[in-house]
Amino acid sequence: MDTQLDLWEVFIQSKIGAHHVHAGSVHASDAQMALQNARDTYTRRNEGSSIWVVPSKFVVASTTNDAEMFFEPANDKIYRHPTFYVMPEGAKQI
Amino acid sequence: MNVAAIENDFQQKIDKDLFIEPKDAMPDKYREHLIRQISQHAHSEVIGMQPEGNWINRAPSLRAKQILLAKIQDEAGHGLYLYSAAETLNISREELIAQLHSGKAKYSNIFNYPALTWADIGAIGWLVDGAAIVNQVSLQRTSYGPYARAMFRICKEESFHQRQGYEIMAHMMNGTAEQKEMAQDAMNRWWWPSLMMFGPHDSDSPNSGNAFKWKIKRKGNDELRQKFIDKTVQQAEVIGLTVPDPDLKWNDEKQCYDYGEIDWDEFNKVISGNGPCNKQRINHHIKYHNEGAWVREAALAYSQKIQPNAI
Ligand SMILES: [Fe+2]
Ligand SMILES: [Fe+2]
Repeated sequence: MDTQLDLWEVFIQSKIGAHHVHAGSVHASDAQMALQNARDTYTRRNEGSSIWVVPSKFVVASTTNDAEMFFEPANDKIYRHPTFYVMPEGAKQI
Repeated sequence: MNVAAIENDFQQKIDKDLFIEPKDAMPDKYREHLIRQISQHAHSEVIGMQPEGNWINRAPSLRAKQILLAKIQDEAGHGLYLYSAAETLNISREELIAQLHSGKAKYSNIFNYPALTWADIGAIGWLVDGAAIVNQVSLQRTSYGPYARAMFRICKEESFHQRQGYEIMAHMMNGTAEQKEMAQDAMNRWWWPSLMMFGPHDSDSPNSGNAFKWKIKRKGNDELRQKFIDKTVQQAEVIGLTVPDPDLKWNDEKQCYDYGEIDWDEFNKVISGNGPCNKQRINHHIKYHNEGAWVREAALAYSQKIQPNAI
């Protein structure tokens, strides 16, 4: 049977200090090959300073269909935003 | 939810210009259409490496060789981005490649033409990649998220491809009489097949209704083709190349070029398998795919050895 090896998800940090952001996926038989394939596939133009690879089967994802239910509780908590509060007139640098 | 409700929900999302993501509910026909289109696109990137790869050993300078290698490596990358996008639709890479080998999946017709001289490498980069860019830019807004994101990445890389091709053509048009003739000959052979890359006239493509309704396709074949012609003619003129179309004429009223009739018999002949290189392209892919099987097997055996309990 033909095999195209396992699927891995690739996360790239564009410069030191930044978040690792999902870039796409690669196929590889082990972690080292996954890192090298990710480098060759996604960072041919200095797009990265660091790469994470994770076997795709370990990614747990929420679904868009449940998004409303899932994220809705945040909607009515507007007091989490600084603009909710009334500041006394004349107060500076707050 | 029943099928009608799912489809209704789906269409509402599309109408609001929201992207569809892999785990979202989608009509089977949408999924099938995408698998067909994205895999065809992926196969085109990969098969497209063949006509150019043929010139790596014969590049006229070290600079030209390095550039061509980098360009072809990019195309391999484009293939991989697109295979990954297709795989999010629940089809395996093994299946995708099997469909290419069996002929069930197609690739762009343009790669069934041979690259006969070094000028062809210029013409391919300038015209073929140029035409592909026009199409791909419009696909950055396609409705399926993974496909749109792959297009975005690809478009960022493509402009170097077109510019390196145009540079080769410009260089040759500055050269000897033979070199100029070679460049014009490549132009003559690649111009019409490049126009065919956009597909049949919209009036002759009966299946595009859903593609528009689902926003997989954002612009019509003719509109994209016109865009390509309008920007390329000027580039040809600047370096002294003649567009091989006696009917090509600026239309002041419409503010675009009128152009001659495309030879659709030729198009149909090549697409049905009788172009100059169809068999060679697929045989080449099958041969190297099979010869590489031991590498994949060895890699798997090695991963088992270093990590015997791997899941
Ligand atoms: Fe490409
Ligand atoms: Fe390209």
